[in-house]
Parts: sequence; structure tokens; C-alpha cells
Amino acid sequence: MSKDTFNTVAIGRREVLKSVGFGALALAGTSLGSSNAQATPEEATKYLSEMTGGAAAKEGKVTVKLPEIAENGSTVPITISIDSPMTDSDYVKSVHVVAEGNPNPEVVSFNLSPAMGKAEVSTRMRLGKTQNVRAVAIMSDGSVYSGLKQVKVTIGGCGG
Amino acid sequence: MANKPRVKVPKKAKSGDIIQIKTLMSHKMETGNRKDKKTGKLIPRKIINKFVCSFKGKEVMSAVLHPAVAANPYLAFYAKATESGTFDFEWTEDGGKTITASGDITVS
Amino acid sequence: MKYTKYITSAAGLLGLGAILVACTPAPTMKTGYDYAIPETQAMQDDDFSNPAFVWVDIGEEQWSTVDGEAGKSCESCHGDASSMKGISTSYPKYSAEDGKMRTLQHQINYERTERMKAKAWKWEGDEMLGMASFIKNQSKGMPLNVSIEGEAAPFYEAGKAFYMQRRGGLDMSCKNCHMDYPGVKIRANVLTNGLPNGFPTYRLKWQKIGSLHRRFRGCNSNIRATPYKQGSDEYTNLELFLTHRANGVAVETPAVRN
Repeated sequence: MSKDTFNTVAIGRREVLKSVGFGALALAGTSLGSSNAQATPEEATKYLSEMTGGAAAKEGKVTVKLPEIAENGSTVPITISIDSPMTDSDYVKSVHVVAEGNPNPEVVSFNLSPAMGKAEVSTRMRLGKTQNVRAVAIMSDGSVYSGLKQVKVTIGGCGG
Repeated sequence: MANKPRVKVPKKAKSGDIIQIKTLMSHKMETGNRKDKKTGKLIPRKIINKFVCSFKGKEVMSAVLHPAVAANPYLAFYAKATESGTFDFEWTEDGGKTITASGDITVS
Repeated sequence: MKYTKYITSAAGLLGLGAILVACTPAPTMKTGYDYAIPETQAMQDDDFSNPAFVWVDIGEEQWSTVDGEAGKSCESCHGDASSMKGISTSYPKYSAEDGKMRTLQHQINYERTERMKAKAWKWEGDEMLGMASFIKNQSKGMPLNVSIEGEAAPFYEAGKAFYMQRRGGLDMSCKNCHMDYPGVKIRANVLTNGLPNGFPTYRLKWQKIGSLHRRFRGCNSNIRATPYKQGSDEYTNLELFLTHRANGVAVETPAVRN
């Protein structure tokens, strides 16, 4: 055993704050490499325009659900739902998800079909920092819709 | 660790029901951006880059995954129950290795 | 070892009684689950969404896998894994053979090396974490119920002393955060009661499942203290103290935490 002497002296709030401040329990962020340049909104837009073939996206129909504040950037649940009847004549063909502040903007692309019956997909993503996540849906008639959500990523504290 | 798939397909449904399918694949999803702490060298990228779900040979949903998908990739989505049959799932890893799983549904 | 004096003296017994009163938690003691954001709670709530079940599956597979020179699996002696219901809630447990406490993970390796004549598993390996989470999952929802009486008493005292001892560059004890400030933010994170009822736990940060002792190491490193080894006497006694503090709290294994 180490020197396990009793110490039940209560620590004051100020002392905790002081030690935390000085200690700077900062962690190195997430598992995403810190040496990489960050993607920019422009890069994300460029990538999306490649995916959509340059078609202009209208805001709407696409809902991106993410936590307001993610507890940890390494595993953030995301659900994308698109307002579509998902019939043979009117359905969502694909959805592309981009993160504007990650090392690379692309996250995941889904190819959907009328056999799904409902245009909603969920996964879990990595976020290097607080940023916007955008999803762009390409409909069966060629129209393109876009949705955006900002998510705050907390770094630091007692990561352990 | 061996890459193990987990899939959840409802066993029964009524024709016309919209059912939810959940899948999870145990995988590190190594981004290629991380450095080995000892050698300082970049750890090569190794991720699941593709997922396909099909029903009776016809694609229901597929996904192209990038390194920004979290470790142990989880995908949940829907399918319209029309007839009894088997959903097939296939994950493709960088390098071409594939892992498959399936789930049966009885539609009344 | 110094702690024998605690059980031999009447004063020690009186002190123990006081500790029992002071440390037995109210039934409403919040776990890490209560402090988690709804999205993380949802991930834990559904056994399928919960990525830790990859390891529970590994444990289930290992349960019936024959290994070692004795040609046995867990199942050979214990039958269906439902026989494990409630078993893990009383760990860490005193072992007369070892003359000290055994965590469930120690017990698993004891069974492997002594009964199965198989190789011990690594503390933080997939098989060990799989088996530990599979066995603990059999007791999900049941209250933790460790004994700190008799032979266990000095180890409990040692664990308590560890918990109270300031250490590391930040000169902080476990108590300073987890007993004094649960619910208060430490930079971006909310401090919890630091309960062990969800371990092995899938941590979003780790992107995998991990043991309670791995978490101890992280905590110790954060306060700039040198961590002890997983499975060490220090961490085993600390686990006893924490588990007793959480007596009555339901098992959540495998939990999902940030």
C-alpha cells in the first residue's frame, strides 16, 4: 500500500476552482488528428456541389437531428429525416452529410429507395470541434434540399 | 478484435408496416489521421467504407462511409414490409474484405 | 499491513459503524446515467443501440467455449448463464485463499487458471471485458450488495483511505470531486458521484468498452498522480469502497458514458 493516511478535510469551492484553473485539465481534443488542416464551409460547399452535380440546394425538407451539446466529439448520434412520401414516383435518391469543421468535410452518403417507406436514417459521427453539420438530399425529380444543424462539442474536463 | 456484425430486424410485421432496421459493426474506423504514440508515424486508414442492405436481392439502402463515422459504425433506417423474406447486409472494409449478416422477417 | 488494528480495537469497530451510516447511500443516489445527456441515455436504454453489447456477445460466446487443459468451459460447471444472476453484485469479495479481495475480473481469471487450466485473460482484453460485462449484465437492475464486514473490513478501510487521500500535482482526492461536488461542472463536464454500477462501461471517448480500473487510471492521470495497475490491490480496495458506497444502486452494466 502507498501512504494512505486519512484526510477528510473538506476542500473549499474556491480551492477546487483554483486548482482546476491552474491545473488546466485540458485534453488533446478528440481522436481526429490535430495536425490536419480543418475543412472550411467553402470546402464543404464544393464537395456538396460535386455530389449534387452543381444543382442549387433549397433550404427545407431536410431535418438534421444532433444533440445541442455533444458530450464527446468522438461519438455523436445523428438522425437525418427528409419530408418525402417515398413512393416509386416521388422519393429521396440520396443524402450527403458534411461537417464544416472536421479535417475532411465528408461524413457519410446514403442511397435511399422507395422500398424504405420512410426517409430517415441514423448513425453516429465524429466531430473535431463545435461546428455546423449539413445534410443535402437529392430527390427523384432532381431537386435538391438542404438542412443544417449547429452542434457544440465540449472539450476538457475529466475525460480520463 | 474480429469484426462482428449485429443486426436487428423485426421477426414479424403486417404488410405495409414501416419497420426499423438497426445494424452495428464492431470496427475501430481508423481515420488515417492518428499517429502512433510510440513511433510518431501515421497509423494507416482502415475503415468500413461501404454498407449495403438488400431484400431478396434488391437494394433497399446503401451507404458510403468516411472516417468521420464513429467507431463501431451504427446505422438505423426503415423498410416497408411487403412480403416475407430475408434482409441481407454487407459491410466492406478498406482493402476489400466483406462481412455479411442477415435477418428474416415474416409478413402477414 | 497496518489495517488489522482497525478490527481488533473497539474504537475501530465504533468507527466502522459510523462509516456505515455515513456512507450508505440514499436510494436516490444519482448515477452517471442521470447526469448524461438524453442522447447518451438513449444509447444505453436500447440493448441494440448500445455498442457495448458487441462485448456482451463476446462474453456470451466465451461462456460456452471450451478452453484449457481441463477441457471445460464456464458452462460445463455453471450451466446456463442465468445461474450468474445476482452473483456479481457481491464483488469485490474476500478470498481466504488469496488473503485479500477479489474483483469479478480476478475471480474470472482464477476460474480460468485453476479450474479450466487455461491462460489468464488480459485485464483490458476483449475476452475479459466481454465476460465481465456478460456476467454483470445477468444482474442488470439488481442492487449492488457488497459486504465490508469481517475479513473485508480492513480492505474497505484501505479503500476509503485511498479515496480520501489527496494526491498528484493537483493535490486532489477522489472525495474532493465525487463526494463534495457531484452535479457541479468541472470545465465542460459534469462531476458525478463516481459510482461503479455501470462497469465495464462503453465510453464515447474511448470508443470502446473499458474496466473500472482503467477509469481509475484516467482519473489519477488527470490529477497528475501516477496511476496504479489495473487489478492492483490499491484499485481493488478502492473498488470495494466505491461499490459499498453504491450499495443499493442498481447494476447498469454495460452502461454508456461520455
